[in-house]
Amino acid sequence: MATTTKKKLVTWDPANVKEELLKKYPAKVARKRAKQIMINEALENETPEIHANVRTIPGIITMRGCTYAGCKGVIMGPTRDIVNLVHGPIGCSFYAWLTRRNQTDAGPDGENYMNYCFSTDMQDSDIIFGGEKKLTQAIQEAYDLFHPKSIAVFATCPVGLIGDDIHTVTKNMKEKFGDCNVYAFSCEGYKGVSQSAGHHIANNQVFRHIVGENDEVKPGKFKINLLGEYNIGGDGFEIDRIFQKCGITCISTFSGNSTYDQFASAHTADLNAVMCHRSINYVADMLETKYGIPWIKVNFIGANATAKSLRKIAEYFGDKKLIAQVEKVIAEEMPDVEAVSKDIRTRTEGKTAMMFVGGSRAHHYKELFDEMGMKTISAGYEFGHRDDYEGRHVIPDLKVDADSRNIEEIEVEPDETRFKPRKTAKQMAALEKSGYKFKHYDGLAPDMDNGTLIIDDLNQYEAEKLVEIMKPDIFCAGIKEKFSIQKLGVPMKQLHSYDSGGPYAGFKGAINFYKEIDRLVNSKVWSYMKAPWQTNPQLSAAYVWE
Amino acid sequence: MLLRHTPEKISERSALVINPAKTCQPIGAMYAALGIHGCLPHSHGSQGCCAYHRSTLTRHYKEPISAATSSFTEGASVFGGSANMLQAINNIFTVYEPEVIAVHTTCLSETIGDDLKQIKKKAANEGKIPPGKEVISASTPSYIGSHVTGFSTMVRSMAEMAEPTGKKNKKVNIIPGWVEPADMEEIKRLVSLVGVPSILFPDTSGVLNSPLTGEYKMFPGGGTTVAELKSTGDSIGTLALGEWCSSDAARYLDTKCKVPCSVLDMPFGLKATDRFIDALRIVAGTTVPDEIAMERGQLVDMISDMHQYLYQKKVALVGDPDQLIAMTEFLVSLDMQPLHIVTGTPGKKFEKRIREITKDMPHEVNVKAKGDMFLLHQWIKNDPVDLIIGNTYCKYIARDEDLPFVRWGFPILDRQGHQYFPTVGYKGGIRLLEKILGVLLDRQDRDAPEQKFELVL
Repeated sequence: MATTTKKKLVTWDPANVKEELLKKYPAKVARKRAKQIMINEALENETPEIHANVRTIPGIITMRGCTYAGCKGVIMGPTRDIVNLVHGPIGCSFYAWLTRRNQTDAGPDGENYMNYCFSTDMQDSDIIFGGEKKLTQAIQEAYDLFHPKSIAVFATCPVGLIGDDIHTVTKNMKEKFGDCNVYAFSCEGYKGVSQSAGHHIANNQVFRHIVGENDEVKPGKFKINLLGEYNIGGDGFEIDRIFQKCGITCISTFSGNSTYDQFASAHTADLNAVMCHRSINYVADMLETKYGIPWIKVNFIGANATAKSLRKIAEYFGDKKLIAQVEKVIAEEMPDVEAVSKDIRTRTEGKTAMMFVGGSRAHHYKELFDEMGMKTISAGYEFGHRDDYEGRHVIPDLKVDADSRNIEEIEVEPDETRFKPRKTAKQMAALEKSGYKFKHYDGLAPDMDNGTLIIDDLNQYEAEKLVEIMKPDIFCAGIKEKFSIQKLGVPMKQLHSYDSGGPYAGFKGAINFYKEIDRLVNSKVWSYMKAPWQTNPQLSAAYVWE
Repeated sequence: MLLRHTPEKISERSALVINPAKTCQPIGAMYAALGIHGCLPHSHGSQGCCAYHRSTLTRHYKEPISAATSSFTEGASVFGGSANMLQAINNIFTVYEPEVIAVHTTCLSETIGDDLKQIKKKAANEGKIPPGKEVISASTPSYIGSHVTGFSTMVRSMAEMAEPTGKKNKKVNIIPGWVEPADMEEIKRLVSLVGVPSILFPDTSGVLNSPLTGEYKMFPGGGTTVAELKSTGDSIGTLALGEWCSSDAARYLDTKCKVPCSVLDMPFGLKATDRFIDALRIVAGTTVPDEIAMERGQLVDMISDMHQYLYQKKVALVGDPDQLIAMTEFLVSLDMQPLHIVTGTPGKKFEKRIREITKDMPHEVNVKAKGDMFLLHQWIKNDPVDLIIGNTYCKYIARDEDLPFVRWGFPILDRQGHQYFPTVGYKGGIRLLEKILGVLLDRQDRDAPEQKFELVL
């Protein structure tokens, strides 16, 4: 092998690293960042507290995006048969055009607008005189051209400032058309502190305007919704493959490879399985309150995690045949996974990783690194909240601040006709007694080793320092971080877009990921940083001609 | 089909843009600012703007793009972003230590009426700008113009840094416009071959094509220095390449600093490069070296060698005005036939110029400023072409319509080379020709029946 695999000596102390990260900051910045950098340590009863879901400091180069990105880009982007019309100047729609890798399968003739970019392209006159007329006309033009079943409108920053009433416009157009559901999202980029607010705004409106629109009972014995899975690089396809093999029917996925009708039918499922806790746990709560569907946290990133999640779903239904089938599928899939894992572990064991991504992904991908024998020495989220780090038990203690106050929380009540507990109180109690956990998530921190660093909203400067000091074998974040890390000679894996790779979910995904990380950390390229004359700059002998 | 809902029938749209052929001003301002040595671009708006621009530029260059943001919250949007900006200036100079912060506005900060010059004054008064450091600004609301005008506005702000001393520096300012780092490098090479001392601004070469050495430099070696920018007011003249990208800055220097200017087309293709080199020769009062004549001759040679494969081939084009004008002229000079031409950037002058260049075509040319790629696709469905040239988004049209496709313009998200191989100048012309011939001949090879499959082409 070309690269050296000598095990690095761990020479850093987390307290020193933290000090080093904060040293250069102005005092005020250092004070704030100190609360977002947590040295993971085992306290008697609880994990240490971290400051999260708070404002980014102006001028500090953040990894975060905006509320619009979370709403249009993340949640609504993967739904193929809704015309997603962005109301605003051209940029916001342009940048969200096919740049997230949510794959979809519309078949040869199905409706698929995901390759299109729709915008009202607001001009200065619209800003001065208001954009409602233009928006109305744009919705009409989209309807006339495509006759979609649904048109979604997204507000960008100036829309909220000039006071365009997008909700009234869409309501009127919905009434006018009769056969097209039109609704709007007030997801102006300045709201909240990160993409997370946008997820919330999107999910609220999906719940309000779409869920429950179709009561038709879908075939299938074990019906679930998969919440918070976005089919990046085909993850959702792999999960669907496994579900089908097990005999589990996925009524809807929020929102990878999804359709309008999937959302509309979500209330007919019997269990909600939550992947990305951050972006969607509140939808699971609302579905439970309104329709009586219980929810569990699952994770299909990592082969062991996948097996565990499948067993958890089967146990919920408690059907012997399903339980047996799930075991059969796991037994069929695991040998391939184990064969690859055995091979790559000879090259990955003992290596170190850092992950700063998303609001659940850093936790999920830790599973995969664990399976490869790699240690996650530092991790954190871009837009996570305290409960994603410390577990759901902190939710009652979360403080509502000026930025979260304006993000709507929908109050839901049991649906008069359609609320139906999926299990009796007795059945639920029996499951819980046997150790089954509903609505439960412990967060990232308990899974991280003592003395590791958990950092919220990591920024460019801290990322560079961390890599310099702790020298991980691989660093994971997003496209903006990719090349500054790689310039340092450390491989960088994008865990938002997967660098055009994937799927990494499920059993086949685990195999893909093992191979990908093996390729990255053992690539020859990292040994080419210095030219021969740079490693030996002194001329010590005359050139020997052959 | 990827774009399966695009109908052949063209209907009038007055409000809905589909598949835009432009993006917003701030990204252009950010790209231009990266061409100043030691500069950190700063986006005064929501943090999403900055994230999107950095992501797009990163995907295009596969290079780190550093830029900061004022991270507006709802409060800042109501009460103004001055406090955020002041805090940002302080943090940036403390943590990243750039020479220059180049601030551009966004639709958000413009709608609420933040005044950057005012904020900058306040920052200076509060001692937040260290001695010798610069803060420049450009007003680039996203609801006016396009990424091209945003670029132009930031370049003008660079020109506004000029501090004429009254003593000429014997240099010529060259404003290259929105071209790739490799193009800027090539322009510098040609200028120095002709023997013209110059200041090129902006200059992203050495910034956005940096090497992998195991060391990360937020501010790499390249870029036009502040000293050079200050000196542009003492230059003997300015050659501005591209009316849309570069003329504003050149005219500013003309009016304010009495530095005369000429606005030329971007030097893509034979004739535009001829005019550029000729202008350089006249400015320098010298003869053009044989080396350049040699390169020109090689391009002409290749055109003549391969003329049969180019002749009367119909082409659809999408891109930015300055680039399209030069490219259309190049295609016409090759006896090819540009048929559909769309730019998203507004400006009637564009359509007029394209009509002039294509006036001898045997057919009428479809041209639209403020058009979109949905319209371009519809035109292609109605009047098929042999080749499409444009940014990466064209690949959806190219696949659906089974068209040979040359990637050229911004953004290119799925292929490499634009950072390293210029398409300006004669050598760049050869490269463009190589790319065009490559896809056309690949197509001929793919489609030829076995008995007509040729070894030698």
